[in-house]
Amino acid sequence: MTTENLLEVEDLVKHFPIKRGILIDREVDQVRAVDGISFSIPRGQTLGLVGESGSGKSTACRAVLQLIKPTSGSIRFEGQEIAGLSRRRMRPLRREMQMIFQDPYASLNPRKRIGQIVGDPLKRQGIASGSDLRKRVQELLVRVGLASEHYNRFPHEFSGGQRQRIGIARALALQPKLVIADEPVSALDVSIQAQIINLLDDLQDEFGLTYLFVAHDIGVVRHISDQIAVMHNGKIVEHGSADQVCERPQDDYTKKLLSAVPIPDPRESRVRRQGSTATS
Amino acid sequence: MAFDPRPEAAVPAGAPGGALPTAPEGVSASDRGPWYLAYKRFVRNRVAVAFLGLFILIIVFVLAAPVWATHVAHTGPNETHTLEKLHVGGEIREVVTPEGKPIGPQLFGAGGKFFLGADSRLGRDEMVRLMYGGRTSLFIGIVSGLITTIAAVILGLLAGYYKGWVDAIIARTLDVLWSLPVLLFGIALGVSLAVGGLKIGPLELSGGSIWVPILVISIFTVPYVARPIRGEVLALGQKEFVEAAIAQGAGSGRVMFGEILPNLASTIIVFFALNIANNMLFEAALSFLGAGVQPPNSSWGTMISIGEELLTTQPLLAIIPGVMILLTVLSLNIVGDGLRDALDPRAKVRLEAHAGMVEKEGTAV
Repeated sequence: MTTENLLEVEDLVKHFPIKRGILIDREVDQVRAVDGISFSIPRGQTLGLVGESGSGKSTACRAVLQLIKPTSGSIRFEGQEIAGLSRRRMRPLRREMQMIFQDPYASLNPRKRIGQIVGDPLKRQGIASGSDLRKRVQELLVRVGLASEHYNRFPHEFSGGQRQRIGIARALALQPKLVIADEPVSALDVSIQAQIINLLDDLQDEFGLTYLFVAHDIGVVRHISDQIAVMHNGKIVEHGSADQVCERPQDDYTKKLLSAVPIPDPRESRVRRQGSTATS
Repeated sequence: MAFDPRPEAAVPAGAPGGALPTAPEGVSASDRGPWYLAYKRFVRNRVAVAFLGLFILIIVFVLAAPVWATHVAHTGPNETHTLEKLHVGGEIREVVTPEGKPIGPQLFGAGGKFFLGADSRLGRDEMVRLMYGGRTSLFIGIVSGLITTIAAVILGLLAGYYKGWVDAIIARTLDVLWSLPVLLFGIALGVSLAVGGLKIGPLELSGGSIWVPILVISIFTVPYVARPIRGEVLALGQKEFVEAAIAQGAGSGRVMFGEILPNLASTIIVFFALNIANNMLFEAALSFLGAGVQPPNSSWGTMISIGEELLTTQPLLAIIPGVMILLTVLSLNIVGDGLRDALDPRAKVRLEAHAGMVEKEGTAV
């Protein structure tokens, strides 16, 4: 283990209070969305985070990016502690870590042109402006599989897969080191899912990106991940190399997730079905 | 569909390796934003366009007031002509009879003087007063609409974006304002301000100023606009594009005004139009009851109030300003509804279904 870790998360906890009250809210209970998870991602590698909906994956992503304040725990990015940093102190670090969102229909502002959506972060961080900005954005659009003519279009003119490409271009605009992909393909058709995953794979090689890749489908994650962590009820129940987790799962929950992955060969599929009934 | 020749899925969703066909659509298709589509939808709504035309006519009518006053009627809105005589055709008639009955509409009988007659025993030119009164009424409606909308947008954005205690304070204050009996409170405030004027630091309002009704109306209509905007901000704040902006390092102000505000534009426009209509009614009511525009200035509300005394002998004096209010408010309401239909993507389906056309476009928001 000589590779340097880009991101180290230790004992990350996020509890959401359940409040009730007429005039003054008081806390009656908590939802333990993320309940003490730890993981680290070596530079240039991909950690797949898997789990059913509601297992706390998205909350974990947002807590890592400081989009929501974690209740406790430590998040170190390139060795620097970022948990609990103020919004202002966080701003310069935003360049280094970007997010790709789940819903391509909600993640692009419908009132903005594609050029603005992709170019605004560059302008905001003072990286490029004017014709240079336009050129950079158009190059990015071409790189993610769109056309430079799409610069002046609005999001409603694009399909889901294309929108997700725009979201990827936006995330890459700032040339981040870490990209957190929160179920980037689960809203897309299966055929387009593969295209997007291949694109993400290519971009990782090209720009030396480090991914935290979240999905509920372990089959999707296996293809792109070096390591896989399985989350269940806010906790990581299994963590290991991708092959290890998929070939020799230790935890019952992981086994269940794996059994949900469809097998393209009907004969093998039948064998698995019989196997699972035999054990139960 | 005539206005949108590009179905969403016409472009294949990205062939691998970036081998996407470059701009297969027509040239004209490239810059069509949501505003263009909304404009197209609005233009197709003939009724709304007609009433927009009517509203513009009304604006032109009131803007022409000084022209009419100096060149046709040769009098001002507050000039009295109680003891004057008028040459109509060959005969000479009194503007106000000794019994106190004002002259009726002369149209162009006296060269345009007293086109709609005189307003009361004071013998002021009804037509001139109608035009100047319309100016006042529309000015109050539009300015208080602007104040209301700006205040409501800022309050709604703050409450909806920050939530928590900021929201609690703003929302509860608006609730309190909402729960007051608006008209009664408006009358009370209007009367007390009209009598005493207002002095806050360097700001000074004399009792007769039209800023008194503007202020009263603005304050009381804020909750009606701020509440729905707050709700919409709450919903928009949950959208991922807001998170994306924050993840890129945008500050709160940027997110509120750069990301969320453009998405409120359609709501704001619709509310603004409807708010003006509402404010004009409010103004008319206040003025009618003596708590709005103060004499000798005219507004449509005060004109109805004056005309009401002569309802039995000269009913037109109350009816004409009443009809003007009706037409203005009606046109604003219909234009507002038309704008809402044009700007709200969900309303689109209804519009198309009504026109008997089937549109298979995703209702992507």
